[in-house]
Amino acid sequence: MEIPVIVGNGLIVIGAGIGIGRIGGSAMDAIARQPEAAGKIQTAMLIAAALIEGIGFAALFAG
Amino acid sequence: MRKNLIQHFILALLVVISFTTYAQHSNDEHAKSEEKAWGDLSKGERKAEIKKVINHHLLDDHDFTITHGVSFPLPVILWDNGLQIFMSSKFNHGETLAESNGNFYKVHHSKIYKTDAEGTITMDDHHHPTNVKPLDLSITKNVFVIMLMALFMFFIFKGVAKAYKSGPMPKGAGRFLEPLVVFIRDEIAIPNIGKKHYKRYMNYLLTVFFFIWFLNLLGMTPFGIGVTNNFAVTTALALCTFFITQFTANKNYWSHIFWMPGVPKLMRIVLAPIELLGVFIKPFALTIRLYANMTAGHVVLMSILGLIFVANSWIAAGPFSVLTLLLSILELLVAALQAYIFTMLTALYFGSAVEEHH
Amino acid sequence: METLISNFSVGLFFWQAAIFIILIFLLRKFAWGPILTAVNEREESIEEALKSAEEARLKLAELKTDNQALLNETRAERDAMLKEARTMKDGILAEAKANASIEGDKIIASARESIQQEKMAAITDLKNQVAVLSIEIAEKILKDELSSAEKQKALIDNVVKDIVLN
Repeated sequence: MEIPVIVGNGLIVIGAGIGIGRIGGSAMDAIARQPEAAGKIQTAMLIAAALIEGIGFAALFAG
Repeated sequence: MRKNLIQHFILALLVVISFTTYAQHSNDEHAKSEEKAWGDLSKGERKAEIKKVINHHLLDDHDFTITHGVSFPLPVILWDNGLQIFMSSKFNHGETLAESNGNFYKVHHSKIYKTDAEGTITMDDHHHPTNVKPLDLSITKNVFVIMLMALFMFFIFKGVAKAYKSGPMPKGAGRFLEPLVVFIRDEIAIPNIGKKHYKRYMNYLLTVFFFIWFLNLLGMTPFGIGVTNNFAVTTALALCTFFITQFTANKNYWSHIFWMPGVPKLMRIVLAPIELLGVFIKPFALTIRLYANMTAGHVVLMSILGLIFVANSWIAAGPFSVLTLLLSILELLVAALQAYIFTMLTALYFGSAVEEHH
Repeated sequence: METLISNFSVGLFFWQAAIFIILIFLLRKFAWGPILTAVNEREESIEEALKSAEEARLKLAELKTDNQALLNETRAERDAMLKEARTMKDGILAEAKANASIEGDKIIASARESIQQEKMAAITDLKNQVAVLSIEIAEKILKDELSSAEKQKALIDNVVKDIVLN
């Protein structure tokens, strides 16, 4: 049976959402632990989130 | 200087309005007939209609449409056995054929196809036209907006730069823009590229940041001029990053790609193609990220607005309007965030290109 | 993906790339260069101003400690001088007192001596006068006694009477 593309899209979004959510959560923890390093953590967080997002979009558009 | 700029803008606006008065007249009847039909449409038909509107909104256009029925024509430049230049008013918003030097052209889904004198467009099984597409270098709506934005940025930042001649403190727009310039230097360029090399890249980083940010914000205006949700635009931007990275890269960068130091020899052979692939994936991800974020934002906003018309009731209008407003505020944030991330990742790639061996 | 590629507008790509590259070079010449130089210059001047202010502050603090040291030194010197003066004064006073008492003693002693001498002289004088007076008295008495022959005789008799001839 062929799985509709939209199901795959949903899975991609769920995966990317979990990934970015985990990054965001970890970044919050890290900032709470070391508020003075907030800037650096934020940058690293954005980069990591952007990478996941990129893969997510690539998968969405490839589908 | 600033006063002068404002005068220019007013002049440009007047020109636009004088164009539109002519265009509006020919469109009125068409618009009225469509509105009458709206109440009689079924829900499915309405949805399809809104989808069409959204798709059309996201696409580039050969006319500059400010709002429904208010538009002015732009020059069409085609390369088809020599340059073919004419105004897009010849298409009458895609309804008629345009004739230039004995060749006939027709617009189909915002693309120009070469046709015979009757304007027949043959379709394949996937509803894609099989007609010849001439090389289209027209000044389309997006190109026009990019030109305006380039002029706008040039005059604004030239004004900012000029203000420093009379004193060390920024004046006017500079008061707002200078902190951003300093932010890009101190928070994006220096941490990612390093103090030694960052100066070379500042011009590009600043230009790309403000260009993307301003265009993103312009996309939020109700004129439907989303330039950054166009794949060709983001590709051009990402390719600039790609070429600058490759051309300014040092030996260390290439050795990390083809002959990774500190890794067993067998692994190096395995890693080289992966790393090489990464070189091309990076700008591709940049392209897709910006394009997809801006497109997604527009689609979501317009879909929610469209829901008002699908429901076709006053009760739906209130909540959906509020939701659109809230999402618009989020989109304003996204506009800045995407410009920031594009610049940030660009700086990161530059940083990896000039990283010293250690 | 196919729609993306099929919708890819070469014209838009071309114009975007061309305009963007021109924009970069224009802004580099007319905007970013001057802006970044101005910002850098300002930051440098601020940094320099801060540094010189810090230097001035340090110098001032140094000067202050110098002043304090000088003040302390002066104060100590003054105290020492005062002390010295006081001891000197005491010394002088004591010496003067001693001198004075010695002189006084000397004067008293000489006065006493001269008094003694005067006294002696007076006594001698008195003695002489008494002797003269006594002689005068004796003369007068003798004159009186020996004024007549009988008295002379009586005296002679009296003296002779006392004389005992062995």
